[in-house]
Amino acid sequence: MDEIPVQEKREVPQKQEGTVPARSFIPSADIFETDDALEVVLEMPGVEQDHVEINIEDDVLDIRGTIDFARYQGLRPIYTEYPIGHYRRSFSLSNRIDQHKITAELSDGVLTVTLPKAEQAKPRKIVLG
Amino acid sequence: MVTNADHLHALMTLQRALERSFDSDWLRGSTAGTGSFPPINIFQQGEDFVAIAELPGVSKTDIEIQVQDKAIRISGRKTVQPKGPASIHRRERISGVFDRTIALPVQVDADRLKAEYQNGMLALFIPRAESDKPRTIKVG
Repeated sequence: MDEIPVQEKREVPQKQEGTVPARSFIPSADIFETDDALEVVLEMPGVEQDHVEINIEDDVLDIRGTIDFARYQGLRPIYTEYPIGHYRRSFSLSNRIDQHKITAELSDGVLTVTLPKAEQAKPRKIVLG
Repeated sequence: MVTNADHLHALMTLQRALERSFDSDWLRGSTAGTGSFPPINIFQQGEDFVAIAELPGVSKTDIEIQVQDKAIRISGRKTVQPKGPASIHRRERISGVFDRTIALPVQVDADRLKAEYQNGMLALFIPRAESDKPRTIKVG
């Protein structure tokens, strides 16, 4: 197995000047397709169960994870290698997805969003005659 | 009552403090440096230290921590395979093995060192050895 290289966190670009100057970051994502669904897997270390917000509007899947900074109270940074902040990422959904059946699961800082395919979008095998 | 403004203030204060210690030479005298996985932030809590590493999706049983003298070694493996057969549309997460040693500039009380893994974050509570703490000398 290969040794893991360090990935630097990518910051969410501010399209216009924000009223909120705190920085947010783009979580790394894997997207898998199975026969029944699309799975979007995002790494959001430090995000707890009730700190995830998933919204679907106008065919856009918007995912946010927030960090509880109270945990850092009393801690004074003396050596830093990575920044800390909330996470945010959006994806456009195709009409192949049944938006009403989207589910999500968070485990060890990894959020898996399952996007079930609409019935007619499921793959049909073509049998060679 | 904690308001949204308080949360925002806490976030910004922490982010600014982290930025200031990005160029910290706290580990300069040792062999450690950036570029190894997992990335680690070190905080001071009173007289002791807390090291926090980001290890999302790593199983607790896949993490090994060793302490010796002033060095802490964190090793393990990170896997990112989907549960069943699947076709990949996008691949950004990285998997593999890691084995990183941090040589601290202070003596550590290894017996009282505690490790906690929660929400993909590994926190090491590193108590400073008694012999390392500054002692005040009374002038007689």
